[in-house]
Amino acid sequence: MSLSASPVNATHISKVHISSKGEPLLALHDVNFEVEQNEFFSIVGPSGCGKTTLLNLLAGFEQPTRGEICVGGKLITGPGWERAVVFQEYALFPWYTVSENIRYGLKRKRLPDAEQTRLVEHYIGLVGLRGFESRYPRELSGGMRQRVSIARALAVNPSILLMDEPFASLDVQTREYMQDELLKIWQREPKTVIFVTHSIDEAIKLSDRIAIMGPRPGRIEEIKTVSLERPRDPTNPAMVQLAAEVKVWLRQQVFDKDPAAQ
Amino acid sequence: MSTATREGEPADQLAAGTRDLADRAKAGTRDPAELARIAASMVPPQPSAGRRLFSRITQFWLLVAFVVAWQCVSVFGLRFNPQLDVMLPPPTAVFSAALDLIRRGVLMTHIIDSLYRVLLAVGTACVIGIPLGLAMGWFPRFRRAVDPLLEFIRPIPPLAWIPLSILWFGIGDTQIVYIIFLAAFFPIVLNSMAGARDVDIYLVRASQSLGARPGELFTTVVLPAALPNVFTGVRVGLGIGWMALVAGELVAAPSGLGYLINNARTLFRSDYILLGMVLIGVLGLLLDYGMRRLALLIMPWHRGQ
Repeated sequence: MSLSASPVNATHISKVHISSKGEPLLALHDVNFEVEQNEFFSIVGPSGCGKTTLLNLLAGFEQPTRGEICVGGKLITGPGWERAVVFQEYALFPWYTVSENIRYGLKRKRLPDAEQTRLVEHYIGLVGLRGFESRYPRELSGGMRQRVSIARALAVNPSILLMDEPFASLDVQTREYMQDELLKIWQREPKTVIFVTHSIDEAIKLSDRIAIMGPRPGRIEEIKTVSLERPRDPTNPAMVQLAAEVKVWLRQQVFDKDPAAQ
Repeated sequence: MSTATREGEPADQLAAGTRDLADRAKAGTRDPAELARIAASMVPPQPSAGRRLFSRITQFWLLVAFVVAWQCVSVFGLRFNPQLDVMLPPPTAVFSAALDLIRRGVLMTHIIDSLYRVLLAVGTACVIGIPLGLAMGWFPRFRRAVDPLLEFIRPIPPLAWIPLSILWFGIGDTQIVYIIFLAAFFPIVLNSMAGARDVDIYLVRASQSLGARPGELFTTVVLPAALPNVFTGVRVGLGIGWMALVAGELVAAPSGLGYLINNARTLFRSDYILLGMVLIGVLGLLLDYGMRRLALLIMPWHRGQ
């Protein structure tokens, strides 16, 4: 049991990507942030600002060129279940049924069979998929697939949950519904969440704090705290005000600083 | 509405049935059993077994027309060209040739010998080719090392191997199996390789972030993801191997459908030649059908795609 001050600690992260022409490109430059225990932390920014790169570093899919990221006091060297990921395109295993997908990480953890079955049932109930246990992913709607993906990630009991634009491929109604569902789940079973999105409204609705990234090279320009009560009403003046502020600020960032975006 | 008409079911008849049931159902019901009943009422009724059989048979009308046309050309063409007797015997002659060979008890031997050689050759190609292809697809450095050798051997046609293979293996089954093996091997390797190489990176990442070790990643993600491609490879390999049968049995086979064709050639029995060709076609079709059934059995998640 690690009881270090913050579960996530990123210091002086820089990441260089090599373009197809062989030129080095600075995708992230000197990114620093900390995330608190059970905090809902969002990363927003325009496309190409490096927010997905940052999530890939947190997940351990890529290594930072400079700097280091620690989770629970341990340096990240590769992917692992203590940092489970929910992907935009669900990434469910098509050859496994709903319950086999959720069981996948539990099997890798070598949990006893009875314990696996108990957890699978619990998480199927939590995400509201009872009755769909033996369906294959392609037989489900987008929203249901994303529920399976969330259940699969939560089932391994990660110390942080990484979400990479998880609702971006869903239609507007399903997206809003899934946001509410995610909040309910998160409030019932608190968890440190790092949530990447390009939607400022989504970030404001869900998060405790929002890291706003500017483009080229990606860096965290500002971290805003949202201290409104949940569930949050998007028509609440305070939320409207906050969203407008962030949008105006981001537009200035994108259009004034970056001639390529004009 | 146009869809319903095209399916052969009057649209208003369907609508009437639906309205009837929908009236009985509570408006906006959520009861699964009730919903299933409503759904069933909207589907046109299953055609009777007789009708299904009839439509199954009529599906082959073009094939039947082809055989009939062949018969007509062979029979009526004989008036204008007496050599047509040898050049293109009619289907009936092919049929009586088959009866003739069955009566002499050799037809089944030819079929079984050929099937045995092809299945042995393709089986061996699978045992070597699938692991090799998967390894090449999954380990890029291994692929880069093996690729030049493979691409150098691949363009050499199996026919060109025949003289050397006779020197190596002598005359007999081994040499024939070797030729068929060469034909089947490359499609199996290359398709397996493509399957393992093109695994969705997000599935790999999902697996790793859920704690899979390298061996588990391979068996739970790479293998099932590559399976459809592997199957395509085996199907193509089986098809090409079957086509190579005649070449394999060309020179020195004591039996088999290829032997039947080659032997008939020296005897000027074109009815036997055609019989051999027809049997190769029909058996090839059946083998491919069996492979597709097997694929559905092994990959249930692929059903209905």
